[in-house]
Amino acid sequence: MARTIVITSGKGGVGKTTTSAAIAMGLAQRGNRTAVIDFDVGLRNLDLVMGCERRVVYDFVNVITGEATLNQALIRDKRCDDLYILPASQTRDKEALTQEGVGKVLDEMGKTFDYIVCDSPAGIEHGATMAMYFADDAIVVTNPEVSSVRDSDRMLGILASKSRRAENAEDPIREYLLLTRYSPERVERGEMLGVDDVQEILSLDLLGVIPESPDVLDASNKGAPIILNEQSDAGQAYTDVISRYLGDDVPHRFLDARKKGLFGRLFGG
Amino acid sequence: MSDAASETASSDPFELKASAITVPVMKLFDPDMDRITDLLTTKIEQAPDFFHNAPIVIDLSALKSGDATVAFALLVGLIRGMGMIPVGVQGGNELQNEAAEMLELAILSNSAGRPRPRPKARAAAAPGAAPEEHSLLVTRPVRSGQRLYARGGDLVVTAAVSSGAELFADGNIHVYGALRGRALAGAKGDVSARIFCRKLNAELVSIAGRYKVSDSISREHWGDAVQVYLIENRLVVEPI
Repeated sequence: MARTIVITSGKGGVGKTTTSAAIAMGLAQRGNRTAVIDFDVGLRNLDLVMGCERRVVYDFVNVITGEATLNQALIRDKRCDDLYILPASQTRDKEALTQEGVGKVLDEMGKTFDYIVCDSPAGIEHGATMAMYFADDAIVVTNPEVSSVRDSDRMLGILASKSRRAENAEDPIREYLLLTRYSPERVERGEMLGVDDVQEILSLDLLGVIPESPDVLDASNKGAPIILNEQSDAGQAYTDVISRYLGDDVPHRFLDARKKGLFGRLFGG
Repeated sequence: MSDAASETASSDPFELKASAITVPVMKLFDPDMDRITDLLTTKIEQAPDFFHNAPIVIDLSALKSGDATVAFALLVGLIRGMGMIPVGVQGGNELQNEAAEMLELAILSNSAGRPRPRPKARAAAAPGAAPEEHSLLVTRPVRSGQRLYARGGDLVVTAAVSSGAELFADGNIHVYGALRGRALAGAKGDVSARIFCRKLNAELVSIAGRYKVSDSISREHWGDAVQVYLIENRLVVEPI
């Protein structure tokens, strides 16, 4: 039975799709059969970040409506045999995602995959609630600034009340905090919230801290998930995130402006 | 059988019939709680007997829609705290009606004062779950946008309460974490209710309708472990 992970945030532009791509790739690289689904119907981006936009024929909505089979719509990643992408429809809107339809597709995928990563759209409306409804785990992507933290907090409240697990009174969704676009220098200057501040407000397990890096935009443009860039701070941080998610105790890196150089030298080359 | 049925029918313990009763209606024009409090206090001083235990209907139709529902909850607490019995609201929007229902007020239609059929609020409640009349214990953080109500008792939260979250209790509110959201104790007018918290960062605290927003809470106690209670209609914030 697959484990379903939703990548969510409430706020837009914090790095959900980047994170979805990196985490799906990271899990697959370690031999887990992994699928990543774009729930942002109407504003699809995941295919670009995964670099498979030229191979999209059918999409998630086609599978829900029965116009295509799951196997027809799933796109196998060229770099990693265990990774599949289910793109969003660009021509429909989010109402096309019915709870019954999404549940059926996830059930079918659950038979063959180990992990299903759901890339949630921004907001707390239908698309976002559909992405999280069937989740077992939630990774809440947050930037170190007040509005993003509050939106994440709101999303955590919704996760606790409007998921299948909540409605069936099962164990609650496991929630993890992922802090992205973190700049230790700006934290030191008091321009950004620090890790401790965010953790205190959200009272949540910290899955990782991804440093702000120009490599992330570069990776999106190239269609290669940032985790494939082993030279990059951000790529290494995502590798750590995968290890932590899978249960390894890995110390947090890139939290400190001074240490960054040292670790960069140790792990960068 | 039919005999028995007609017999019980003739000796029913009650009969239901419509009856018109004159009830004072408080028609609001301005949601400013300070002005409302002042005017209400004056009116009650003029005729204390008239207002004591008097039923009152709150008419919200003259307010612009979108006025805060919290202010409405405060108002109900205030009226109850002053010895009157708010029995219903009319002319409210959906949000205000929802808040009214939570505070156990009837929602009246504007025209004849008849109860309006309730659309979905009741259906949303879990089937078979009777409204609980006791304290509520919450061990997970209360997130922004969440709303909790301890009907008839105390509300105890052993984690943090985020900004944008709302706590209501007919009794006391205890928060064994940081209180960053809103806390309204004595929601039904219990002036002896108190709020306790480990770290005061609240957006609003209220007891029986008397309230302070974070701006008017003394910086002296900001971030401290405090209790909030009423002395002669004034909110007191005191370190514990």
